[in-house]
This record gives sequence, C-alpha cells and structure tokens, in this order.
Amino acid sequence: MTQVWDTLPQVLIDGLTLGAIYAIIALGYTMVYGILELINFAHGEIFMAGAFIGTAVLIGLTGLGWVAVMPAIFVLLIVLVITGGLTGMLGMGIERLAYRPLRKASKLITLITAIGVSFLLQDIVRFITETQQNNYIVNTPSLFPGSLSVSGLNIRYSFLVVIIVAILMMIALEFFVNRTKWGLAMRAVAQDQDTASLMSVNVNKVISVTFFVGSALGGATGVLFAIHYGTIDPYIGFILGLKAFTAAVLGGIGNIRGAMAGGMLLGLLEMFAAANLSAITAGLLSSEYKDVFAFAILILVLIFRPEGLFGRAAIEKV
Amino acid sequence: MKKILEQIRGNKWLQLGLLVGYIALTSLSLILAQRSVAAFLLLLLSFLLLYYTKLPNWSKWAIGLAIMFFILPFSAMQGPAYQEYMDVATLVGIYVSMALGLNIVVGMAGLLDLGFVAFFAVGAYTYGIFATAQASNFMPFGTYPLSGNSFWIFIILGCFVAALFGVLLGIPVLRVKGDYLAIVTLGFGEIIRIVFNNLDQPVNITNGALGLSSIAPPKIFGIELLYSNQIYFVVLFILLFVIFAVRSLEHSKLGRSWKAVRENEIAAQAMGIPLVKTKLMAFAIGASFSGMMGVVFAAKQAFIDPTSFTMLQSINILVMVLLGGMGSVPGVILGAAVVTILNAQVLNELTMWFNSLSTAGIITLPDAMSPVKMQRFFFGALLILFALYRSKGLIPAKNVVYDKQKFLSEKGTKKRLQSVAAPKEDEHGHTGS
Repeated sequence: MTQVWDTLPQVLIDGLTLGAIYAIIALGYTMVYGILELINFAHGEIFMAGAFIGTAVLIGLTGLGWVAVMPAIFVLLIVLVITGGLTGMLGMGIERLAYRPLRKASKLITLITAIGVSFLLQDIVRFITETQQNNYIVNTPSLFPGSLSVSGLNIRYSFLVVIIVAILMMIALEFFVNRTKWGLAMRAVAQDQDTASLMSVNVNKVISVTFFVGSALGGATGVLFAIHYGTIDPYIGFILGLKAFTAAVLGGIGNIRGAMAGGMLLGLLEMFAAANLSAITAGLLSSEYKDVFAFAILILVLIFRPEGLFGRAAIEKV
Repeated sequence: MKKILEQIRGNKWLQLGLLVGYIALTSLSLILAQRSVAAFLLLLLSFLLLYYTKLPNWSKWAIGLAIMFFILPFSAMQGPAYQEYMDVATLVGIYVSMALGLNIVVGMAGLLDLGFVAFFAVGAYTYGIFATAQASNFMPFGTYPLSGNSFWIFIILGCFVAALFGVLLGIPVLRVKGDYLAIVTLGFGEIIRIVFNNLDQPVNITNGALGLSSIAPPKIFGIELLYSNQIYFVVLFILLFVIFAVRSLEHSKLGRSWKAVRENEIAAQAMGIPLVKTKLMAFAIGASFSGMMGVVFAAKQAFIDPTSFTMLQSINILVMVLLGGMGSVPGVILGAAVVTILNAQVLNELTMWFNSLSTAGIITLPDAMSPVKMQRFFFGALLILFALYRSKGLIPAKNVVYDKQKFLSEKGTKKRLQSVAAPKEDEHGHTGS
C-alpha cells in the first residue's frame, strides 16, 4: 500500500496528461457520433496524422531558424494552427469522399469504410515517412525541454503545456457549441436532421463543419502528444483512438462534457493500473495488462450502463 | 462474337467441353512451365468457371473434387515449386474456412465481429500448448508433448474450445448493438492477444512473446504429416466439412433466424425467434470453424506466437467476407481465395518483379513502397472501394426464390406445406475457389 501512496502524485500527473489527450480525441468521436451515429474509426488516424504533420512543420520551422529566435509558445501556436487546419481539411475530405455517399446505407458498411480509411491513412503516412528517412518511427524535437522539481516530484514543462492547451481547447469547443450559430445548428442537426433542414439549416455543411472541428482538435492533440512523448509512429492512432472511444462511451456518447470527464477518468485509471497493477495483485498481473484493463472497463460500461456515466438512456422506438 | 457467347451460354455440353479443355491446358502448362505462378492461378480459376457453368450440381461437385484431390496436386507435383504451391493451397483452405465462419457471424447474423482472429488464436494455442512441452508447466498429470496422433482429437477439441470462447464473448455483448458490438469485439480480440502475450507468468502457459516452437506434426498410421502437400489433404477434408455444414445451416431454421435477426431484431423477436440463442449460436458456430483451422495452422507452421493473431488478421478476414459478398457462401469462398493468394503469392511476386526491374535499372521503386509492405494500403483501398461501389461483393448473396405459380396452383394444404419445406433454390453449386 505504501508504494501506491508514494507513486500517487506521479501517477496523477501522468494520468492527467494522458487523460487530457484521451479527452480531446474523445470529443471528436462524440461530436461525430452525436450527429451521424457513426463511429468514425479514422479519427484515431487523424490524430496520428496530426502528430506527423506537426512534427514535420516543427522540423521545417527549425530548419528555417524560426524556432531559435521565437518564444517556444509562439512556435507551438503556429504549429497547432497549421496542423489543425490541415487535419481539419483531411477530416472534411474523408467525410465527403467516404461517408457521405453511404449515409443512407447500413451502418455495417459505413463502419467497414471507416476501417478502410484508417488503414489507408496508416499506410500513406508510413510510406511518406519511410521515403523521407528510411524508418517510420519519428523523433519529435522537444519544444519545451527541462522540468520543474517540486518536493521530489518531477513535473515536465511540456506537461503544463499539454494540460493548459487541452483545457483551452475544451473551453473553446464549449463556447463554439453552446454560444455560436454554428454550434446551434450542430445541436439542431444532432437532434433531428430532417426538421433542422426544414428550419433552413444546411445539414451537409453542418456535418462538414463538425468533421472539421473534430478533426482539427484531434490533429492538434496529435501535436501535443508528439511534443510530450517525443516518439511517434504510424500505428499510435489505432489503439489510442480505441481508448479515446472508450472514454467517449464512458462519459456517454454524444455528450461533450461527458467525453471530457470520461477521458480524464480513463487516463487516470490507466496510469494507476500501469503503476500499481503488479503491486496490488502481488505480481500476478504485470503492467502489460493496462490495455486489457481499459478494454475491460469499456465492456463493463457497455453492459451495465450503455448510456455512459453522464448520458441519458435512449429509448428504442419501433 | 455475341452469337458464340449465346451458344456457350445455352449449351451444357459445350461448357463442359470448354471447361475440360481449360483445365487440361492449365494443368499441362503448370506441369511444363515448372515454376509458373500464372499457370497455378489459372488452374485455380477453373473453380470459378466451374461455378458459372450450367451443369447439374452433382457433376459440378464431382469435377471440383477431382480437381482438388487429383489434378491440382498432381500437376503441381512435377515442378520444383511443389511445396510452395501446396503451401498456398493449404493457406487458401484455412482462410476459406475462417472466412466462412466469419460469414456466419457478420454476413448471416449481421453481428460485426472485429476480433475474429481471437478464436483462431484460441484453437492454435489449444493444440500448441499440449503438443509441446509447455503443458508440463501447469498440468498435474500426463506427459507432454503429446504425440501427433492426438492431433485428430484436438481438431474437435479446438472446435469446442473456440465455440466456448465464442459463447463467452457472446454473453456479455448481447446487450450491445451494431457499432458498439464492433468495438467490443475489437477489444476482445486485443485482450486475447495481450493475455497470450503475457501468460508466461506467474505460470508459464503460453510462453509469452517467445511463442511456442517445434509443435508436434500430425501423425496418422505412423506417418508424420510434415509437408504442405500432406497437410493439404487434412485441410481439404475439414474444408469440405465446413462447406457442407454452412450450406446446410444456411437454409435451416437457424440460418433463416440469423437472417431475420440481421434484417430487423425487433421484428424477428416479435415473430418468436429467440434472440439470445440465435446470436449465441452464430458466435459459437462461427468461432468453432476458426478454432478448428487454428489447430491445423499450429500443426502446419510448427511455431506460433502472438504476432500471428493481430488486428490486421481480423480485418484481413473481414476483407475476404466483404469482397466476396456478405452472406453469400460461394462469394466468401472466392473472396477468401483471392485475398489469400494476393497476400501469399501475388504481392511477393510483384515485389520480386519490381526488384528485378530496379536492379536492371528500368524503374526505381523506393523500398518503402514495395508491394509486400503496402498490404494495409491495398486492404484499405479494397474495403473503401467495395463498400462504396459494390457493397454486395463479387458474388452477391441470393435469397431462396419461391415459385409463386406452383405455390398458388397447388390447392392441397399438404402439398403447399411440402413446397414450403423444400424450397426451390435459384443458386447452384458453389465451388468457386
């Protein structure tokens, strides 16, 4: 037990970082699901693409000599904006080409297309990276090196950056969804597409905007991930996306605040499991089981509370 | 030209003659050309031609069996690449059975399973653990490894263990629907893989990431089946059993309930179909085919480790089902064969061809874009294209068509009941491999 207490502060810090990342990716899933009732499998891949685009932009800026002269936070801002814009367009393009023609088709088919898109993206990123540098694992230059040391606790600067940027993004999204006209239109389309279109809401455009916003956030999170963890490869998106989806389900899918809370909760739980699973079970389960732990949570939530912790149960009408 | 085609379409005997000629030509060229992948593939194509001929069902089966049992092994035997061909043919058999299993779950019952390879892994490990010294780590009795004679029992055992896992997965996910189900099964597949990867402590059961090596080969009448050409016949027998089982299930009461559940759960339930039982049966039967082939796979490879059972494999099998046509047995057989051959042979051949081109200095292809590495790209593209433009697959599933006239003209209730019980099919044999 003492070990659990000793590691707790570090677990909290790591858990919050991971949780913030899960939370923002979960937002993308939840927004799309809220509107189209579609699990956008490719969202994890958009996150991955964001990490790669961000790294490329960062390396490019370093090559231009901008990073050396500008304050790091300013560089981060530029990278985030460029990456967010590009991944947003990517998300919009995917929706236009792969999902829109199938909007009336059965859900099974759309889900399969989504898997196809995610495979395609993985491989495209892999071979672009591999033709550039013979290896698809990329090291991101660290923008915020160094760390604070508070009473034996190691807090990296990038941790603070990730948390602050993540919180800002969430606040911005809340504002966008609840206070702007586009947000209003989005909520209307989520409630009832046909009625919304009767109220002169351009449904297709709203869906495009939703994909743009969700994907831009996902891509920006990819940048944060790359900066904090340092190494990226084309296959990070899949499992991470799956866990972010778990977070979205945990918080009640379609519910934006729920996704944030679910992401944080899942990040904390996973880090806790990674640090303490072998200690608690007396060596029976190694920390390798942390992924099993996350999926087990997903399955349990879906069985006992499919509407999520903060969602309302949907009634199926015939 | 059109006239000739018309004539061929109308005349059974002409079709038979052309088919026999084609088979003779391709098998001859396979014998003569020694190492020609093209000839091998063309010979396999004869199954598809056979499927489209208008011959009666029994003769299609007879010709198909003759090709599978005699012509294919015999004409491949002559060249130096014999084992290579047989290896591919064996793999095709294994994947066709697995795809048929997934077809029950996805195509017929409409339950999207993205972790299907887990059952394959369960089957493979069931045999792998007991056919190596691994089992002595935790089994209190018996001496291990078991000899290859036990392989035949393990086929049945693997079938049951996989079915058990299918039910275990099925029970908790019954409350989950549609796309949630896909995610849960995906998670389940990953859990199984991670567990197998880490089950080397506290008790060493699966030997973790190192995998199980030198698994005992199957043995019959004292002969060890070591080579692909021997395993091929084992696979063939199981495959025939699987095809027979799937065909009978498809038109049985259970098969029709699956389709009803797929189309509309609530309506099906209202018609008195027990949802729980129907879904669990789909999971169990689908998984059992996969488990059987897992046992064969372990025996064939003599080495298994968790990397053979990744997500990519599950998607691979899903591509086979989608490509062939969800719910269509001949389609799925075709899809599985195409994808497996693409994976096992065509991509390799293409890579070698490109390599030879680049050494000759004609074109230079960066190593990152060699076709073998582009597997995900091809699969992703195939999934998208087929979902967008041909969501019913290469050979779409057909439903049984009742002869309305016959149905109405027969006034007697007894006869009417009979015609319901024995519906006329509008599809024929299905040896499209």
